[in-house]
Amino acid sequence: MRGVRFWGTRGSLPVALDAAGVRAKIVAALRGSVGRDLTSEDALATYVDDLPFAVGGTFGGNTSCVQLITGDADYVVCDLGSGLRAFGNAVLARHGPAKPQTYHVFVSHLHWDHIMGLPFFGPAYIPGNRVVFYGGHQGLEAALRRQMDPPSFPVAFDVFRASIEFVHLPPDVTHEVAGMRVRLKRQHHAGDSYGYRFEKNDRAVIYSTDSEHKLTESDERDAFAEFFRDAGLVIFDAMYSLAEATSVKADWGHSSNIVGVELCQAANAKELCLFHHEPALDDAALAKMLAETRRFEEITRGTAPLRISAAYDGLEIAL
Amino acid sequence: MQFASRRFGNIAVAIPSGRLDHAAAADFEAALVPLASEAGNAGLVLDMAGVDYLSSVGLRVLMLATRAARARKARIAAVALQPLVAEIFAISRFDSVFEMYPSVPAALSAMSPDARAAYDASAATQD
Repeated sequence: MRGVRFWGTRGSLPVALDAAGVRAKIVAALRGSVGRDLTSEDALATYVDDLPFAVGGTFGGNTSCVQLITGDADYVVCDLGSGLRAFGNAVLARHGPAKPQTYHVFVSHLHWDHIMGLPFFGPAYIPGNRVVFYGGHQGLEAALRRQMDPPSFPVAFDVFRASIEFVHLPPDVTHEVAGMRVRLKRQHHAGDSYGYRFEKNDRAVIYSTDSEHKLTESDERDAFAEFFRDAGLVIFDAMYSLAEATSVKADWGHSSNIVGVELCQAANAKELCLFHHEPALDDAALAKMLAETRRFEEITRGTAPLRISAAYDGLEIAL
Repeated sequence: MQFASRRFGNIAVAIPSGRLDHAAAADFEAALVPLASEAGNAGLVLDMAGVDYLSSVGLRVLMLATRAARARKARIAAVALQPLVAEIFAISRFDSVFEMYPSVPAALSAMSPDARAAYDASAATQD
């Protein structure tokens, strides 16, 4: 396992930076440039590159889609959110449409934001490609077909010309898939979701999104800590603050940065990546959450430090 | 975790101390939530001066107390947070859940003049 690349990181609904957001970034960047000599191209490039991420960049707005970089020729992704479109286009641009590829797609659950990218996944329309969908839900195929039925979409699922397969993966047992050891764990979310533990070459990645941790049962907490045990990277649903997740948004099926840090510390994980961002949060709010989460990790640290990152569309993390 | 409580007029003051973590959560909940639910209390003040650490499970207990108090339209405040606990409150956004005051008397002044008078009378007696 070499790492991951994020193609979609937003929860619930795709969002886009709007004109007011762009203007605010330009104003902030220009304000910071006052009094600086930026007449040379190098000085200007350095200044831009050094801007805070929330000013010079953006977390992006596509819904969940994460590529696992396994080192093998086959492609592996988690979830079919709107980020799947960009992923598919990037693969087609790299290889061209004439060279067949195999895609292994692991689905956390069947809610719309996690499957909406499939109708826009170019490789599925190309003969010779192979797309294998894996999941813990028995209704996976029906859900993927239904979203392309009239009147929801103009092109039916059967128009796909790639070879399409569905594989049901029961939880709590280890499967050998795409050269990896894969284990699923059922999570607390409306209609259930499944977290994934992917292992290859003694390196583990956890994909655990749309999962609410109720904090009441020590057995449940210990089971998740064991599922995350010694992982190099834990991609974790940190959609809400802990105050929200335990009050007005209790039972909405999502978790918080605080619980993510605590579980990863209990599991001796190496890195926690905050994921499934609340669509109402802008870049400044997400950057603030990242800084606060790093501070929380610092003041609660045991022996080994836990790296903290926040996913954004385009982020690559090496293992 | 240790827990004590006092009453000043119609306001109850809860005084937990130590670490409010997973090991302490059940005892903390058993002590705090009934206090927040007690019909005679128009408000509950959490004196956090003795609390060294608060985990997510401890924060959940505070949320349960908040729900119990608000269900009967009682006010709830947290006071005298140690700097590290204050940071945890801010990061978890619990600082927007509670009325926040620097001290017990400051909270009582804001919540109930009668309770503040009872506090002052108690302090004078102790002097």
